Amino acid sequence: MTSDIALSVKDLKTYFYTNNRCNKAINGVSFDIRRGKTLCIVGESGCGKSVTASTIMQLLPTLSRIEAGSITYHAERGDIRIDQLARNGAEIRKIRGAEIAMIFQDPMTALNPVYTIGFQIEESLKYHTDLSLKEIKKKAIDLLRDMGIPMPEKRVDEYPHQFSGGMRQRAMIAMAMSCNPKILIADEPTTALDVTIQAQIFKLMDKLKAEHDTAIMLITHDMGVVAELADEVAVMYMGNIVEAGSVDDVLRSPKHPYTRALLDSIPVLGQGKKQAIKAIKGATPDPYERPNGCSFAPRCDFATKECDVMPDEEYISKSHRIMCANYKAVS
Amino acid sequence: MTVQKTILEIRDLELHFPVRQGVFKKVRGHVKAVDGINLDILKGEILGLVGESGCGKTTLGKSILQLIRPTNGNVIYNAKDETVDLCALSDAEMSAHRKNLQIVFQDPHSSLNPAFTIYGSLQDPLKKYGVKSAKERRRIIGDLLEAVNLRRDYMDRYPHEFSGGQRQRIGIARALLVDPELIVCDEAVSALDVSIQAQVLQLLLDLRAKRDLTYIFITHDLSVTEYICDRIAVMYLGKIVELADAEDLYKNTLHPYTEALLSAIPVADLDRKSNRIVLEGDVPSPMNPPTGCPFHPRCHKAIAKCKTHIPEFKISVNNDDVNHYAACHLLDET
Repeated sequence: MTSDIALSVKDLKTYFYTNNRCNKAINGVSFDIRRGKTLCIVGESGCGKSVTASTIMQLLPTLSRIEAGSITYHAERGDIRIDQLARNGAEIRKIRGAEIAMIFQDPMTALNPVYTIGFQIEESLKYHTDLSLKEIKKKAIDLLRDMGIPMPEKRVDEYPHQFSGGMRQRAMIAMAMSCNPKILIADEPTTALDVTIQAQIFKLMDKLKAEHDTAIMLITHDMGVVAELADEVAVMYMGNIVEAGSVDDVLRSPKHPYTRALLDSIPVLGQGKKQAIKAIKGATPDPYERPNGCSFAPRCDFATKECDVMPDEEYISKSHRIMCANYKAVS
Repeated sequence: MTVQKTILEIRDLELHFPVRQGVFKKVRGHVKAVDGINLDILKGEILGLVGESGCGKTTLGKSILQLIRPTNGNVIYNAKDETVDLCALSDAEMSAHRKNLQIVFQDPHSSLNPAFTIYGSLQDPLKKYGVKSAKERRRIIGDLLEAVNLRRDYMDRYPHEFSGGQRQRIGIARALLVDPELIVCDEAVSALDVSIQAQVLQLLLDLRAKRDLTYIFITHDLSVTEYICDRIAVMYLGKIVELADAEDLYKNTLHPYTEALLSAIPVADLDRKSNRIVLEGDVPSPMNPPTGCPFHPRCHKAIAKCKTHIPEFKISVNNDDVNHYAACHLLDET
């Protein structure tokens, strides 16, 4: 079964150090990304979703450190421990962009406004492939055409400000897909876009997954997106994966109180006013003053004394795992 | 149901921004941000205004409140004791009515002054509308903070000490200070996390019941509108293309744009695999809109007539529900 795993993360801990204080942004996270499958990571702002992505890409800021755990990339030429590679060393630069690519949330800040779209797509092709300049240009145009951008021959020489939001995001995807990566990490790729444009981007990502057998890790806060795209889901809260499993496990029979509360708090289209949406009481705690035990306990309706110690991860079925001391009481 | 009083009558409202180019700043065209809107807002209702970015929903909200003066049309406001056309008022005359018409802005981070305490920001409207004593102002602000589920002593804190959800609630408290009749909520919950969003939505509904408010709820999120709104108006390129009771709009969608918009929303329900209509392309430039129906280049049902004739916005003919309006040629075809 190991053969279809593209990347595995084990007990990863990433801490940030500022003003003599330590923010345990990721506090022991484990998951696998499989080839041709989509893993969705959901959670509210500040739960560590994006930090997980930048840890894998080795794009962390200087004041942070991978404290413990491992990130193993299962390449065809053998396993590579990404966490042990030198920061910005030759090896990680070879992998980054070519084998593991990333789509960022905000295409306006992720694209450089003073270079043309074409130049920015060609850049990674120049670095990672042996193609001639002419072939590279042709490839960039083909990529834009695949992404459904009209008149790619003309558009390739335009600057980011001449593109609309949806087109910029598609150009970002073209850039990420230029070297046919094995793993695609998409950090909220559609949050800034309208639903109609979002639908176009999702169609595109599904096509890429089917054609190139790419493993996708999609970071989102929208449960609707999860239902739509995911094969597997991991729900994060305050730096921990509190519940993970197949999309059926998590959405049909959520066991963790946080997942249930999250699903109860969103209005579902087509159910009108009769549906009762329940807000989660309180707000996410200060990351510097985390609760001692389960970090969701102060907001949880089912919290008991046992929640004062950090619960262990527990498998309730082969694919479905959960971090909650008394999940049995919840269902 | 009793006949509701109409609080605002919007008639042929237009807001065209001139586009100036060249050395002499010659007017080269207009961006028709709001283009001939007719709308009645009933007392006590929540009217949803939805559409993609750039369709003019925020501009419409602001031009109703005269924060941007419309270039043409009327906004008739039926106040408690008089009826006025807001568009005909001077700024000074308008300020008397602002007490009754308030707005909650989208971004709670940029709509509170970071250099003032909450009390400092919130006391201004009270001063303006005649609450002289500071003690009285503190009492009113304190009561309101409690009404939006915040602590009374929060008024001496600065905006950076609050989370996004708390700041949005402060924004709502500020709108409520002068006891308004109508509040325009411009994407009031869009910047919030889902768990906090539910808290704010609940608060808005509670406040409506307690204070007899009317909301114009501007958003791009159709699942939120369905939950909170009584009637929904769908906008596309400065025009309203469909207007109906919330439930009716979802059950009995008439306009192809609304249909596509609804089908594009991902639903957190595994049993409902949607037959998605994926719209091609982007919203056209409002400076140079397509001829005929503005939606026809992206429409999956467009017919020849759509390219040449602008469809009329009228009560839909093929069902008995008199409250369902739409602008589409296909409705005449059957």
